[in-house]
Amino acid sequence: MPSILDKKMAEIHELQNIASQVRRDILRMVHQNNSGHPGGSLGCADLFTALYFEILKHNPKDFTMDGINQDMFFLSNGHISPVWYSVLARSGYFPVEELKTFRSINSRLQGHPTTDKNLPGIRIASGSLGQGISVAAGAALAKKLNNDNNLVYCLTGDGELQEGQIWEAAMFCPHHKIDNLVVIVDYNKKQIDGPTDKVLSLGNLQDKWEAFHWKVITANGNNMEELVETLRNVRNYTNKSKPVVILMSTEMGFGVDFMMGTHKWHGSAPNDEQLDKALSQLDETLGDY
Amino acid sequence: MKKYTYTETKDTRSGFGEGLLEAGKKNENVVALCADLIGSLKMDAFEKEFPQRFFQTGIAEANMVGLAAGLATGGKIPFTGTFANFATGRVYDQIRQSVAYSNKNVKIAASHAGLTLGEDGATHQIMEDIGLMKMLPNMTVICPADFNQTKAATIAVAEFIGPVYLRFGRPKVPNFTPENQKFEIGKADILQTGNDLTIIACGHLVWKSLEAAEELNNQGISAGVINMHTIKPLDKQAILDAAKNTNAIVTAEEHLMNGGLGDSVAQILSTNYPCALEMVAVNDKFGESGTPEQLLEKYHIDTPDIIAAAKRVIERKIN
Repeated sequence: MPSILDKKMAEIHELQNIASQVRRDILRMVHQNNSGHPGGSLGCADLFTALYFEILKHNPKDFTMDGINQDMFFLSNGHISPVWYSVLARSGYFPVEELKTFRSINSRLQGHPTTDKNLPGIRIASGSLGQGISVAAGAALAKKLNNDNNLVYCLTGDGELQEGQIWEAAMFCPHHKIDNLVVIVDYNKKQIDGPTDKVLSLGNLQDKWEAFHWKVITANGNNMEELVETLRNVRNYTNKSKPVVILMSTEMGFGVDFMMGTHKWHGSAPNDEQLDKALSQLDETLGDY
Repeated sequence: MKKYTYTETKDTRSGFGEGLLEAGKKNENVVALCADLIGSLKMDAFEKEFPQRFFQTGIAEANMVGLAAGLATGGKIPFTGTFANFATGRVYDQIRQSVAYSNKNVKIAASHAGLTLGEDGATHQIMEDIGLMKMLPNMTVICPADFNQTKAATIAVAEFIGPVYLRFGRPKVPNFTPENQKFEIGKADILQTGNDLTIIACGHLVWKSLEAAEELNNQGISAGVINMHTIKPLDKQAILDAAKNTNAIVTAEEHLMNGGLGDSVAQILSTNYPCALEMVAVNDKFGESGTPEQLLEKYHIDTPDIIAAAKRVIERKIN
């Protein structure tokens, strides 16, 4: 009879398998159109998999815009749409085959996510950066008014923290005790033009968020076991008069050796040869679309 | 000729404040946000009555727009309140992406629009806002004429589903439209018909147009007046009917000529029924400090300017 520990490891292993397929989807989507943002998408594949297959209370078969009685997720850094589309499709929001329409004419899978094409799972357009935390905070306020005790999650990039609106929202949320909001920062320390330290230094992010009176948690976003544990524990920190931010360290391009350790793959697609090389490093666990 | 009168002058922003309170009483989903201008926007009564549904955002308009989009996503009907300049130009991209493109049920309430904000000067006197907002797909644009109409419009936009830009102003102006009127979005008020020309106006310039029409009548010129309180969607039928009846149109507004009501009317006329058109609007200039009266006179958007435009348009008439 398997122990509880074995069962837990089996669950983690299953999530890792899903993340591997998600990474394949990302690479194939971006390659097919020769456009899109693979770097951040690969780095966040573990997070999206953990959220949609383990953490979020949600109903893929009956998506509602208002998300009442469900957890809600908002993506602020909309350019990592490939990872979101893959996970939404793989968790049942829409047919997996639709991934092949990514960035093509008449597709619901726009380059950046939108509500304009009625793609289930998406509640706001994003792409122009810095707006997601404000929107998520508004949705969290609506939950409080609706006496709905589920949570609102928002992922933001780290380079995105250079936008002024982020800090307007950072000041607003603790003042209004929005404690049903979990912001996750994709802390990969890279942006289009290079390392964040070179482009515009973010300074000490932990100190900054703490100075704004947020509960700050750190996590390794590319270690599924640790990440799932952190996300499960988040509920212990919510409803305590403070918003929560997770500084989630990731590696841009994680899962493909030649895409890691550089910002080069932020917004460029692999060619045929590079795609083959990348896919050879990732198991096809759920079947390619 | 119908005679319009008024018993008192009132500010349109107070009409908004009363309308917001009433909308809040009618529907518990109505919520309000304000960026440190509660008194100026007359949102105090709503705040007092519904403190749980009111959110002070501080001087952070971009965040306010995002919050409103999120509240709307969660089923609420948020009104954001600040001056027209900070309500539009300052946060254009936030409105574009999170409200208009995302098609959220957000009501952008904008006070102190145009020159009649007065002494604060050009930094605060936006005259591009109608243009900015009407260019956005999904956005409805409304600029009511007086206190009673602003109140009715506020109640109406709370019941309407979709993003709305509601523009009003600071000074006290004649309150001449009926109390407790029903406000129909997109349906122009034909205040009076005329034989020689028709004046199509919005906001504070509607009363000025009625004054102008009365003076023109005294001089033997018959002018119709249309209150085009909704700039988008525009009441095309009302414009074409007026054009066919009088073959001469004057538009009047407290806005730049580029992007304003006149430019929308010109588009309808030139593509459907070309006729003589004169526009009373500010021509490619920023404002300055002064009293509202001084500014309307100096920037040529006052009653005498409407009268002069009426005479010019009659001269240019083909029929």
